Amino acid sequence: MKTITVRYFAMFREHAGLGEETLSLDVATAKDVFEQTRLRHGSREPNGHCKVAINDEMADWSSPVADGDTVLLFPPVAGG
Amino acid sequence: MIEVTATRIEPAELQASLQDPGAGGFCSFEGWVRNVNEGRAVERLEYEAYEPLVIAEGEKVLAEALAQFPYLEARCVHRTGLLEIGDLAVWVGVAAPHRDEAFKACRYIIDELKVRLPIWKKEHYVDGDSGWVNCERCAEHGAT
Repeated sequence: MKTITVRYFAMFREHAGLGEETLSLDVATAKDVFEQTRLRHGSREPNGHCKVAINDEMADWSSPVADGDTVLLFPPVAGG
Repeated sequence: MIEVTATRIEPAELQASLQDPGAGGFCSFEGWVRNVNEGRAVERLEYEAYEPLVIAEGEKVLAEALAQFPYLEARCVHRTGLLEIGDLAVWVGVAAPHRDEAFKACRYIIDELKVRLPIWKKEHYVDGDSGWVNCERCAEHGAT
């Protein structure tokens, strides 16, 4: 198990009802974190148009996560 | 330089800051809040941004534009918070030796910013409903 801090933004924050939580998760990749937190909060959002960052660096869904990492889950962006 | 601000954007000041003796052309783009989106009447917008990565990713976009369309100065400012119809949501300005680089760099910067930066837009509709742009429909389609 790894201790992961997960941060939620925009629609994800509203679905989760909080902006951040620290969880003990059995995960290998950023995708695993997304899937487990999605189940936890009952979100329907697929990851296809979403983005992820690990410790303030943009990452891929296949990027590995380590104990103590902060994973930032970004729903589809819409700047401009 | 890229910035995020919760206060009104002032284009004249931004344009003045890009003045350069070597510049023969200046091009800017202003994104305004529109009163309708996909057939729904919009009352106001709300922008949320994750500033550390807006800055980091935005600087990459500016560097990419510079490599392709050599300009002299470029700036972008994006609003956060609640905006009313007609408000300025984003401003991009580019000063370059010639107009071609100015136009092309400006276009590249705004196009990339819209799809890459962690910025989210919530529309508040006239009928009282609200929704995150690009999010609700994405969930309905179930794409992965």
